[in-house]
Amino acid sequence: MLRHSHTLLGAMVLSSLSLTSLALATPAQAETLNIGVMGELASFDTSQVSGGVWESQVLRDVYEGLLKENPKGEVMPGMATDWDISADGKTYTFHLRDDAKWSDGEPVTAEDFVFGWQHLLDPASASKYAYLLYPINNAEAVNTGDKPLDTLGVESLDDGKTLKVTLKSPTPFFLQLLTHYTAYPLPKHAVDEYGKQWVKMDNIVTNGAFTPVEWVSQSRISVEKNPDYYEADEVDLDGVNYFNTEDRNAAISRFRAGELDIVRDYPSSRYQWLEENLPKATHLSPMLGSYYYVLNTREGRPTADKRVREALNLVARRKVLSEQIMAGSFKDAYSLVPPGTSHYDVQRMDGVDGDYQERLARAKQLIKEAGYGPDNPLHLQLRYNTSDEHKKIAIALAAMWKPLGVDVEMTNAEATVHYQTIQEGDFDIARAGWIADYNDAENFLTLLRSGVGNNYGGYDNAEYDKLLDQAASTLDLDKREALLEKAENVALDDYALVPLLYYVTRNLVNPELSGWQDNAEDDHPSRWVSFTE
Amino acid sequence: MLTYTLKRLLMAVPTLLIVITISFFLMRIAPGGPFDGERQLPPEIEANLEAAYHLDEPLPQQYLRYMGNLLQGDFGPSFKYKDFSVTELIAQGFPVSLEIGGLAILLALLIGLPLGIIAALRRNTMIDYTVMGTALAGIAVPNFVIAPILALVFGVLLAWLPAGGWNGGALPNLVLPVIALSIQQIAYIARMMRASMIEVLGSHYIRTARAKGLSERQVIWRHAIRPALLPVTSYLGPAIAGIITGSVVIEQIFGIPGIGRYFVQAALNRDYTLVMGTVVFYGALIVLMNLLVDLLYSALDPQIRYDD
Repeated sequence: MLRHSHTLLGAMVLSSLSLTSLALATPAQAETLNIGVMGELASFDTSQVSGGVWESQVLRDVYEGLLKENPKGEVMPGMATDWDISADGKTYTFHLRDDAKWSDGEPVTAEDFVFGWQHLLDPASASKYAYLLYPINNAEAVNTGDKPLDTLGVESLDDGKTLKVTLKSPTPFFLQLLTHYTAYPLPKHAVDEYGKQWVKMDNIVTNGAFTPVEWVSQSRISVEKNPDYYEADEVDLDGVNYFNTEDRNAAISRFRAGELDIVRDYPSSRYQWLEENLPKATHLSPMLGSYYYVLNTREGRPTADKRVREALNLVARRKVLSEQIMAGSFKDAYSLVPPGTSHYDVQRMDGVDGDYQERLARAKQLIKEAGYGPDNPLHLQLRYNTSDEHKKIAIALAAMWKPLGVDVEMTNAEATVHYQTIQEGDFDIARAGWIADYNDAENFLTLLRSGVGNNYGGYDNAEYDKLLDQAASTLDLDKREALLEKAENVALDDYALVPLLYYVTRNLVNPELSGWQDNAEDDHPSRWVSFTE
Repeated sequence: MLTYTLKRLLMAVPTLLIVITISFFLMRIAPGGPFDGERQLPPEIEANLEAAYHLDEPLPQQYLRYMGNLLQGDFGPSFKYKDFSVTELIAQGFPVSLEIGGLAILLALLIGLPLGIIAALRRNTMIDYTVMGTALAGIAVPNFVIAPILALVFGVLLAWLPAGGWNGGALPNLVLPVIALSIQQIAYIARMMRASMIEVLGSHYIRTARAKGLSERQVIWRHAIRPALLPVTSYLGPAIAGIITGSVVIEQIFGIPGIGRYFVQAALNRDYTLVMGTVVFYGALIVLMNLLVDLLYSALDPQIRYDD
């Protein structure tokens, strides 16, 4: 019997080996790009997307907004060939290209944009990211149900060839925003025909370089080149497969086995190994994202005292975190707004990167002045969401703060619980991170605006809010930049948070691919990618 | 037998009802909701979401609504994977999990049973020690260690088999996950079979059989194996249910679109409808597997009859 089972196992292995050889012998699908993405797309209906970074990768390949990005992530004309902006910066008129089509050959019209944006802002759609379109006139009132959909400041003119958008107030980053999936059009004709079922693979039509053909939930989404795309001749790839590879280590194995051409993230702990063993494929570059610790500035918390906040900032050794704890796979941060943000210079928190002994001495003095010492030790509650990286960083910081006599109590919870708890203000210090939705400093600085949901620490500074308000109504980009930079300095002088690290993009890219360029937003439309001949 | 089967199936209804009710309220009591995350949503957006998913209704009303839909066979839409209904997700994932889980159990039986029998027959010899030592190692080393090693060795270094992916269930894609999934089961089954076989071989009726002058081969094949299989059989029910629905790690590592992952992910995402859907499905599967095992039990053991 033992011999039998051995024989059977042997037969299984042999037959699978021969099948593998067969699979290898089939015609090479060199023009299909295989990308490992880190999660499952929530929906092809952009109003239902949940905000995962991986979702943008799929959506930007199959849809196109009024503007799109080049390989460097820079904004360029998309469905609109050109646009006019009124002198007061509140009215945008977009002229749509004549050859813009959906993948079933139907023209993409301004009406599709009006329909798509109304759909996103319709309270019944319950879109999580509807607020991104709030700069449009009446958008918020429409989304709360206070005004009807047709009052939204967007209309189709000239038989659907021109789109007129009216904004609530001048929004310098509005063009940037239009590359985000919330601003994509919706195929009105398909929705009219199929209702909610329009997203099913048999019914779906899209207006991007590719169009979806198969979706095996939790495994793979396959898209094919859209022959009706206006630049279809310039698209090299025949199709793209997006494999759901949430296990990042497994993704590396699949990349090494040649099953994946691109892996959209790898664990920071593997960076050194990858850099040594796959140097040509290993990419790491600055990204528009900040990893920081929120300090609870609400009354009654030790961190409400600016001296405590300054002391904690002074002895946080960012370089140790980035280079030793994170093995070079993050960059040390001294501000909230990361480098690479458009029309913005990186600011710097004062005195946090000078001589360590001096910093430590000053921090000890501050803690003493704040009334803490051996008789009254400073006890702080630190919360972080479950992950090995977050844990390592939390332990390191607790150790860095120990010389100050700070006793750190660490609590970790899964992300859902973590964010709910810190939203309720039950913490002294909490981990948080922010990846930019669009390339603008305002997207980060809003995190410290009083009364905003994401302002977990309850930072409240009238001067800061005023500067942001002024920036919001300033059309001159240079003046606006100065106001935003000044605002950030107000918060940094207040030690409102502990900036720790800037996120980096971590990708594995087959060196035989061309058209891939690292960029701060980590946007890489497959439309530009090709296999080197 | 038919009456017994029907009775058992009917008894499953209240069991499932209790499971559903407890799960429903536990899920709602758990901190964090389906729309909590790194980004705090503006209150008006949260209100829209709650209204759309009826989360703004009182809990008992939500419960009644859920039960009403369930009676009509509607598990509802997934909160997270919006383009699929829960029924579609289960219908898509279950055959995949069934395939790799079923093959893994089959492989485990094909290898584990003979190993257990041989170890029992060669008790306290080198063969026994080797088999049991290896089995112990198989139990001790968890899936999440075995699976990446298999992918690395056979997928990356030797390049014999795919390191991951499902590819519509092509045989090469099945081999590594099935092996990874079966290793622990092989070990359990071998150990169980050995213990059970030793017990049977020491029993009176085996002594009687030997006394009657039957050859050792006849004693083992005719009289020992069948009763020795009983403990393994009762282990199989929960094992099959568990392996089919709980192969989370293997599915994650090899990128297999089974339903195992929904258990964990849905719970983490607070995807209420998907959690409930998988709980109902898992509950029904356990009930069914246990029933099948009991029926198989009666076939193996003539003393057990269900014809009441």
